[in-house]
Parts: sequence; structure tokens; C-alpha cells
Amino acid sequence: MTWFWIGIIVASTTVGEVLQAMGMRRHGEIRDFRPGALGRAAAVLVRNRFVIGSVVSMAVSFFAYMRLLTVADLSFAVPVTAVTFAIETALAKYVLRERVNWLRWTGAALVICGVALVSA
Amino acid sequence: MPTESARLRLKTWICATVVVLSNVFGNFFMKRGMPAQLASPLQYITVLFQPWVSLGVLLLILWLLSRMALLSWADLSYVLPVTSVGYVLVAFAGKILLNEQITARRWGGILLIVAGVALVSGGSVPQTARPRVSGTEELR
Repeated sequence: MTWFWIGIIVASTTVGEVLQAMGMRRHGEIRDFRPGALGRAAAVLVRNRFVIGSVVSMAVSFFAYMRLLTVADLSFAVPVTAVTFAIETALAKYVLRERVNWLRWTGAALVICGVALVSA
Repeated sequence: MPTESARLRLKTWICATVVVLSNVFGNFFMKRGMPAQLASPLQYITVLFQPWVSLGVLLLILWLLSRMALLSWADLSYVLPVTSVGYVLVAFAGKILLNEQITARRWGGILLIVAGVALVSGGSVPQTARPRVSGTEELR
């Protein structure tokens, strides 16, 4: 059952985080961090369908994560969900069309190996 | 006068620090307050009002918002490795605060993560040259 919840977390986190990146990119850089300006940005973002989709996915991921925490160690639960990392880097290149240069690929590969060791 | 890329780099570091710390402590407080079993769907809601879990949830909300802000200018393929230093800090939190065991293998993993983060964050600017993405209002 542990791996079932991990599967749900990985799928919903991946979808949520990619949608979040798409939504925020569409919104553009947040430059003004004063409360009023942040409030106005929030008012725009709650109508952004990518952001809405991302919040729904992250909520699914959150409740599945709560369930996982009842049965797993913190130092297992957090690293194991980092499988999303590999999928998301590929999606960053092919869906978000980011320029993922060799430094990023190498860094991502090192992090993935590291996460595998930490969670083993 | 700081250049545009220096400004962006400083802003990225400040925001990434908030993202990492809110994630680490949010997860830690959630684990600390979580009961050994969640028997009914109702319990998923009631446990949110347990003080440690509430604090964890508040920090995870801060994590979500700061990560959204960071992604408004930085690439996902940059944000992912840079914020993964949080995995290292979570391992430390597990060891120091929850007395979990860290084996030699886990230390090796932590070193690899730090190396990966250093490589990505030290060597490249946080964003891909804009504009692209089929979107319309990209340049502003």
C-alpha cells in the first residue's frame, strides 16, 4: 500500500508542478513584493487555469502525502517522492521548451542518483 | 548599479532559501504531529487542526506561494535541482530532531545531491532566454 500512495503522490506532484510552472510563466515575473502588489498578483493568479489545475493536483498530492507519513519515516518519504525530479526535468525540456544544457542535465542526474541513495 | 542578471540572481537566492526552509520545516512539523493511523476520511480534516500539523501546513502554504513566485521568472529545470538541497536538510532534520539513522550510503547520496545543486546553481543563469512557449504575452 505504501507504493500505491507513492505512485499517487508522484503522478499528482508532477502534473501539479508542471502546471504551476506553465501558469507562472504565463503570468510573468513578479517584481514587486509589497503586500498590495502581491495581493493584486494573487487576484490575477486565482483566475489562471494552469494555477487552478496545479492547486487541485497539489491538494491530491498533499492528502496522499499525509497518508504516507502515517506509515513511513520522514527521511524515506521525502526523498522517495523525488522520482518526480527525473520526469519533470524531461517535461521542462519537451513541454515547457526550456533550454536544458549539459550542466543542468548533469546536475539533475547527480541529484537523482543522490536521492536514490538517500532513499535506499 | 547592479546588472540585470546580478539582480535576478540575488532575488533567486533569497526566494530559493525561503522555498527550501519552508519545505523542510513544513515537512518536519507535519511528521511530528501526524498520528500513527488515519482511520476515516474525516480524520484527514480533523488532524489539520492539530497544532504541529497546522504549523506544518502553514509553512507548506508559504512553500507553495514562494515557489510560485520563484517560477514566475526562473526555469523549472533550474528550480528543481537548486531547491533539492532541501532533501539534504530533511535528512539532517530526521537525524537530529527525530533520531532517525543516517547510513554511510545516505551520506553518499547527500554528497551527490549537494554536488548536483552546486553544478546547476553555480554555472547557469536561472532562466532560458525569453520569449518562447506558444504563449502570447511573454515579453513584458
